[in-house]
Amino acid sequence: MRSGLFLLICLIVGGGVFAAALALGNDYYFFAGYVVLQYVVLATAWNILGGYCGYVNFGSAAFFALGAYSTVAIHRLTPLPIPILVAIGGIVSGFVGFGMGYLTLRLRGAFFAIATLALAVVLETLIVNWDFVGGSRGAYIVRPETIAPFGSYIKYLFMIMMLLAVGSVTIARLIERSRLGYGFATIRDDELAAEASGVPTLRLKLIATTISGALMGCAGAPFPYYIGYLQPSSAFGLDYAVNSIAMPLIGGTTSWVGPLIGAILLGSLQQIATVTISSAVNLLIVGFLLVGFVIVAPNGIIGLVHKYLQHRPDDMVGRRRVSTDAPEVAP
Amino acid sequence: MTGLLEVDNLGKRFGGFVALESISLSVRAGERIGLIGPNGSGKSTLVNCICGTLRNEAGSVNFDGHLLNGATAHQRTRRGLARTFQLPRPFASLSVADNLRIPLLYTVAARGGSHRSAKDLEARCIDLLREVGLDNKANRLPRELTQVEMRKLELARAMAAEPKLLIADESMAGLTHSEVEEILTLLKRLNEHGVTIILIEHIMRAVMSFSQRLVVLVSGRKIADGDPDTVVRDPEVERAYLGQ
Amino acid sequence: MIFSFDLLVNAIVSGILIGAFYAAVTAGVTLSFGILDIVNIAHPAFIILGSYVAYIVNTTFGLDPIITAIIVTPAFYALGAGIYQIYYVSFEKRGQESMRGLAFFFGLLFITEVTLVLYFGVDYRYVEARYIGPTLHFGSLDVPLRILVPCLVSLLLIAVLQLVLTRTFIGRAIMAVAQDQLALKLMAIDPIRIKRIAFGISIASASLAGAFLIIIQPVEPSVGREYIGRVFAICVLGGMGSLPGTVIAAMLVGIVESLTSTFYGPSWAPAVSFGFLLLTLAVRPAGLLGR
Repeated sequence: MRSGLFLLICLIVGGGVFAAALALGNDYYFFAGYVVLQYVVLATAWNILGGYCGYVNFGSAAFFALGAYSTVAIHRLTPLPIPILVAIGGIVSGFVGFGMGYLTLRLRGAFFAIATLALAVVLETLIVNWDFVGGSRGAYIVRPETIAPFGSYIKYLFMIMMLLAVGSVTIARLIERSRLGYGFATIRDDELAAEASGVPTLRLKLIATTISGALMGCAGAPFPYYIGYLQPSSAFGLDYAVNSIAMPLIGGTTSWVGPLIGAILLGSLQQIATVTISSAVNLLIVGFLLVGFVIVAPNGIIGLVHKYLQHRPDDMVGRRRVSTDAPEVAP
Repeated sequence: MTGLLEVDNLGKRFGGFVALESISLSVRAGERIGLIGPNGSGKSTLVNCICGTLRNEAGSVNFDGHLLNGATAHQRTRRGLARTFQLPRPFASLSVADNLRIPLLYTVAARGGSHRSAKDLEARCIDLLREVGLDNKANRLPRELTQVEMRKLELARAMAAEPKLLIADESMAGLTHSEVEEILTLLKRLNEHGVTIILIEHIMRAVMSFSQRLVVLVSGRKIADGDPDTVVRDPEVERAYLGQ
Repeated sequence: MIFSFDLLVNAIVSGILIGAFYAAVTAGVTLSFGILDIVNIAHPAFIILGSYVAYIVNTTFGLDPIITAIIVTPAFYALGAGIYQIYYVSFEKRGQESMRGLAFFFGLLFITEVTLVLYFGVDYRYVEARYIGPTLHFGSLDVPLRILVPCLVSLLLIAVLQLVLTRTFIGRAIMAVAQDQLALKLMAIDPIRIKRIAFGISIASASLAGAFLIIIQPVEPSVGREYIGRVFAICVLGGMGSLPGTVIAAMLVGIVESLTSTFYGPSWAPAVSFGFLLLTLAVRPAGLLGR
């Protein structure tokens, strides 16, 4: 299916979801849906670097928070429309992703992963000490009550996040099916052999890190408007770090479908659970699910589906079949 | 006269251990070179340094008139250097055909000069599959292949990069007599099409029948370089390698 | 920023002492990452676990934290051995250690921290012991005993570990498994068993480091996070698998952190270790096979 058609279908589905939430008549669904869509973006973004290339980023919260705090910083200077803030958040986070990648991606994936962990801690330290954006006291963002033609402001935010979700899924799918996606897969499978086959691994890894970081920053940019009062602890929250890893790993890392399934499933479960059980127990369950899936079902839900339908091996990438004249050998 | 590949006083150490010492080698276009030596003599290290997987501390590598020092492995592959790995390293999550598409997409298509259409590259992929006899396994995963098929895939992937020089690193280890012949035939055919080949092998029969020139590496040093029959009779070579 | 010689001396001495403690914290990672190449980013979580165990025993029985840690060491060893076994079967054997192995340890880190938050909350916990409180005075130099004692015991711990690695059979087998697994197998030694023992020792050292930590400062579950960057920075700076190197690197980091903290403010300390981390990573030999 061509990407243009896919995008159209996604937009229609997105529109349908919006209409359904509207029909339910309660703004709560928009608030909850916003969080789920946010996770779709974060999980998809994480997967571009983690699932496709095999480079684990533990600092998703850092890139998310960069987007959020760019918005806060700019809001102090001059209020700008949210789409522009999204773009700026994306640029800032993409830039930082590129910079960190440049310093650490020449080395083994483990060093990159450790560096992302350290980055999250340091960035939080910097923000906590930066009074301009409120520091540890936090920052208030006053959002308008309503905005035409949506009515309540949350509907507007929901739509923005829906567009971001559709966009990131479309980008992920586009990458997957392109030469870039094949290149990413070789980096994950065997970086040495990839280099020997002519794949410019450093360049591709930098592209992946930049896109991934940028998308996370985009997801973070509207957050201050959603939450109204932004504290470093909520922007750099533990839930972002673990969810952006758990959702793709549970859903399945080899394709754009995995993070989407993981985000919708896990995200919705957590929204329901937060009302009934404490958020700490909530996160604990996510942690256990992550460890459990990684040990027992390393290819996630997609992998399990493939295995039980026995259509093709559960970890194969790429769909283009070659038709040669030779008869297919039975498996 | 400068050859296609000029290795000049190449040196490589790992901490205190000297893996390669002052290796000089000149390979002319179209030659068939055999490279032999006991295990641990530095053959694979030499290949890694030539191809850019490892960085040599001393000496230089010149390929096709270009100084390679500092060039990354993928840049060297794009210049026309290809290699197989001693233990096959296929892309495990890609199909056999996709494994061949990678060098086609990233090396052949990335070279300046004549622009190859997507259709052209697809045809080349199918041709290669047929040439090595893997066309009936085109959509399988590498882990479903037999030993000899894996080695053929490894070779085909190097061939897909359309190299000027191919280094075949122990492509025949562990194969039966007829399987060795299959690989040898492939390599000879490649050479007839103009590809320079350096064959690293322990199977003496194959090396002797294939090579126009024999190079012997022992403990990181080159101890012989010349006509195969003469080299094999060299007492130092006998003592160091063949006598073992 | 008031510069005074006394302040400088105190900062440097304090940095050296803290550095010794950092070395004990890092020793486990030197073993698991430097020597065995297992990226156990959950190590700080086990240290915090050790701190809380020391805390519980101290508040319930009044037992000295270091004594507690020594008693609990076998339990931590068993935990480490068990975790390695799962890690080996699920990831190392399948060749998946780079992505999924990392995610596994991250999951452990996360589960440990959240479980501690659930049980103990986010309040700071501290222990009581006779040497917490008094301070030695050497002229203008102040040396709090609560830092000096863990420092000395840390150095003792490292000395013991180094002796084990270099003088005992198991220790040398551990060093060997890092270099040549096949050779070990040919000597009829199971490399997996050796790695299991080594990882067990690594986690056992965490219980001691945890006791040291809670003596030096009050602890709450998220304290572990600032140690992740620090610990790996020191391990890499110290040359990966070398315990003496770890000590030197740890003291260097300790001194720089202490100076930064004294003259620029304590909130910048995490940035120091991150800076060290980036610096060492940038200066290391490049290349995929460079190690």
